[in-house]
Amino acid sequence: MAILSRSEAKRILDKVLKYSKAEAASAQLTGAETGNIRYARNSVSTSGVVNDIELAVEARFGKKSGIATINEFSDASLEKVMRRAEELAKLSPDNPEAMPLLGKQKYMSVDGFAKSTADMTPDQRAKAAADSIIAAKEKKVVAAGYLEDARSFAAVANTNGLFGYHAATSANFTVTMRTENGLGSGWAQSDVSDFAAMDTGSVSGVAIDKAVMSQEARALEPGKYTVILEPSAVSGLVGFMMWNYDARSADEGRSFMSKKGGGNRIGEKMFDKRVHIYSDPADLNVPAMPWAEDDHMALERVDWIKDGVVQNLPRSRYWASQSEEKAIPQGNNLIMVGGDKSTAELIKNTRRGVLVTRTWYIRMVDPQSLLLTGLTRDGTFYIENGKIKYPIKNFRFNESPVIMLNNIEEMGRAERVGMWGYSAMIPALKVRDFTFSSLSDAV
Amino acid sequence: MDRRKFLKLAGVGAGGIMLPVYGVPVSAAQLASNGMDVGQKKVLADVVLNTARKAGASYTDVRIGRYLNQFVMTRETNVENIVNTESFGAGIRVIANGTWGFAATNDLTPDGVARAARQAVAVARANAKYQSEPVQLAPVKGVGEVSWQTPIQKNAIQVPISEKVDYLMEVNNSALNAGASFINSALYLVNEQKYFASSDGSYIDQDVHRLWAPMQVTAVDKKSGVFKTRDGLSTPVGLGYEYLDGREEDKIHGQTTLYKDSYDMVEDAQLAAEQAKAKLSAKSIEPGKYDLVLEPLHLRLTIHESVGHPLELDRVLGYEANYAGTSFATLDKWRSGKFKYGSDKVNFFADRTQPGSLGAVGYDDEGVQAKRWDLVKDGILVNYQATRDQVHMIDQNESHGCSYADSWSSVQFQRMPNVSLAPGKEKYSVKDMIRDVEKGIYILGRGSYSIDQQRYNFQFGGQLFYEIKNGEIVGQVEDVAYQSNTQEFWNSCSAICDESDYRLGGTFFDGKGQPSQVSAVSHGCATSRFDQINVINTKRKIS
Repeated sequence: MAILSRSEAKRILDKVLKYSKAEAASAQLTGAETGNIRYARNSVSTSGVVNDIELAVEARFGKKSGIATINEFSDASLEKVMRRAEELAKLSPDNPEAMPLLGKQKYMSVDGFAKSTADMTPDQRAKAAADSIIAAKEKKVVAAGYLEDARSFAAVANTNGLFGYHAATSANFTVTMRTENGLGSGWAQSDVSDFAAMDTGSVSGVAIDKAVMSQEARALEPGKYTVILEPSAVSGLVGFMMWNYDARSADEGRSFMSKKGGGNRIGEKMFDKRVHIYSDPADLNVPAMPWAEDDHMALERVDWIKDGVVQNLPRSRYWASQSEEKAIPQGNNLIMVGGDKSTAELIKNTRRGVLVTRTWYIRMVDPQSLLLTGLTRDGTFYIENGKIKYPIKNFRFNESPVIMLNNIEEMGRAERVGMWGYSAMIPALKVRDFTFSSLSDAV
Repeated sequence: MDRRKFLKLAGVGAGGIMLPVYGVPVSAAQLASNGMDVGQKKVLADVVLNTARKAGASYTDVRIGRYLNQFVMTRETNVENIVNTESFGAGIRVIANGTWGFAATNDLTPDGVARAARQAVAVARANAKYQSEPVQLAPVKGVGEVSWQTPIQKNAIQVPISEKVDYLMEVNNSALNAGASFINSALYLVNEQKYFASSDGSYIDQDVHRLWAPMQVTAVDKKSGVFKTRDGLSTPVGLGYEYLDGREEDKIHGQTTLYKDSYDMVEDAQLAAEQAKAKLSAKSIEPGKYDLVLEPLHLRLTIHESVGHPLELDRVLGYEANYAGTSFATLDKWRSGKFKYGSDKVNFFADRTQPGSLGAVGYDDEGVQAKRWDLVKDGILVNYQATRDQVHMIDQNESHGCSYADSWSSVQFQRMPNVSLAPGKEKYSVKDMIRDVEKGIYILGRGSYSIDQQRYNFQFGGQLFYEIKNGEIVGQVEDVAYQSNTQEFWNSCSAICDESDYRLGGTFFDGKGQPSQVSAVSHGCATSRFDQINVINTKRKIS
């Protein structure tokens, strides 16, 4: 029941909108079946399946709006939910920033639905966990992991004739392997649309190797180092930057994207010339819903940064109307273009440096410079003359992604990672002068 | 669309937060209405207990929960968003074949809950194949039919929306009149109506209320391109709307006005605007070693991260290894009876009975009565935070009452109780403390925070920083963050103010678990001093 077809969804949306007596109305139908399994100490701890389907209806009277939702779809229920949205709209205060509902949108065609993920069973989840636990036991390490998979759909419509339907699947797996003596820890992840492309056993193997290799870490002095950040380590910093990447706060003078004297930094070269970051819902590696979640505006491929130059900033329709600029919704995915080298090749070209598997507990220190702090975790190694020499203790870093993206030496191949609630393609980066400010004893 | 919904909340906390939203949008009037009658809940609970027992469960508990949220968000002269949500359903947890099983449903008919009860038993049986540690539950005596309510004076959810909007507009005007460039302010209200029943013979009806009134004021100097923010100095509380009364007797006048059991948001907005502007021209800190005087609203976050989390037994045991992490406070350190967590002055206790705290309940989410116990005594680690199925691993046979689930559809697990630093025993004021510092910084309010996955190395910022020289405050400073190691830091604690300065502060959205769940928790402390802590300068140039 959780996943409706395009025609089933359209029938419900058309019907509910016919009941509208408001000046305008829109409706969104979403459904998902999400499964998960969690394990720790080489033993399954919890697992479950959650089914959820919901119809949200918005009624508009001028600048007033009301939203009501329901999870049953009889004619009487559909009429009731529309009446309720209308009542709520009449009672609500005016929203001075309300924009009229959109007209028909042309949505990009996106293929992100894989049968293998759609058909997943509890037994497959249990086997995926077992593959990881068995691999751990063989190498005498302790596994803790989590697999979550989803099949979902969304359909939107409004009284101006807008309609869209999108179905998707996803599966995300993360695993931490720790040596029995507590001196080594390794981590790996896999984020896919098609579960057939996920092998929890081999992903676990990567984490096991890192755990075993990271035992008896030595302490290096904090300071500025050349680092090789694996994609998951990069995504922590780049994700934070893109979360704060917004036209309105920049124009208001309260963002790292604000220009001295007023305005924003669109058109400025702020990064290394190789930096190219964009969003594209139709990307084959990270397919995403082709409309903006808040107002259903169609998403297009949009360059945020190209040749190191700021090209665009997300701008809401309201803010665009104030400045007569084009409205650009935030993307539902992120692609950072990388190079063609593997992480192993990046290591090979490095005389002295630090390999970072993952970054953790990243928080804003100063929004003015986008200075972030956080730590390395689950596999940090010293590189000398093109080889991993020995494991080192974790570091705390204080670094701005803006500075990091100016100090690029080399870029690795982009990989798909789960990031901030969506999926992204992020490369490994070799970066000079990365600032580690203290040591951590954490393993 | 396939992940949990979040409201993006830039501008009402340090660095912006993701606010998890549960339940479906409803009208404010529906939030204020009564839910299902307690007698009906007992009938459904008995259906669950009987069905699960017949299906082979050796233990069963059921939580029938109605979870209500109201969020009112504003900026400058506008209401940005009003969100009312309701979520109602039942979560059923069983033990079968020595293994936990869980299922949840929003079909609250006898057939619906019976089906979920059978599903929970089936899940337990399926998981038993991959489970090598059979569940051992500490005994709990059934309490029969009882009830508990957060001791509120004014139910915030029943206060008309228009009154809340008018109040936030007054707050915003106060900041704008004082020269703020921007202000974001909000009210978050939570009401958990939880009915718990278990095969131990407990039927517990609880009505839990929480409130948070955050704001962030921004001052921008467009000419220089510099901007500074100052967050409100309120705290989330386990109180009703009376928290916003701003009673004179709850105000502490000093470097700025601080608040005890009630908050004057209009006054704080004006002060925030003045102080944000002052930050624009404040001196940048010289890095080095300083004695830190940490105000309770600030220190509670350090306690949360460096004491609350490392003493969660599930982290210590490795259950959170893949997400939140493990802990440096390992069992061997605790068993030694000699592990020096802090100086002799340092005493931490856990307490789920403190009135006004976020963690206060009558009973936890597995029917264990709330209580108080020691974690660190005279600087020595003495205990952890545990649930019924964990205490046997630390040779104890009574649960600490730390079980919590953030929704009826989430499985309950070990969460942090209120963890607090006991005040100093001798009379000692903040003025006395500052007078005794030669070179130091007085830090107020919650700022940036980050700690490693075993809770050794941390870095904290703040909202307001005042430089102390030879026993006197000499001016406001900026770009301050301190770094330390948990054990070194608490062993450097050289003085704690007395009980008159003790107050609670909390956090609304503490995240843990996979899938991630949030919980709310408070920490009490008095202003405390820490000697020779490493302070860094956080100013950077990006172009």
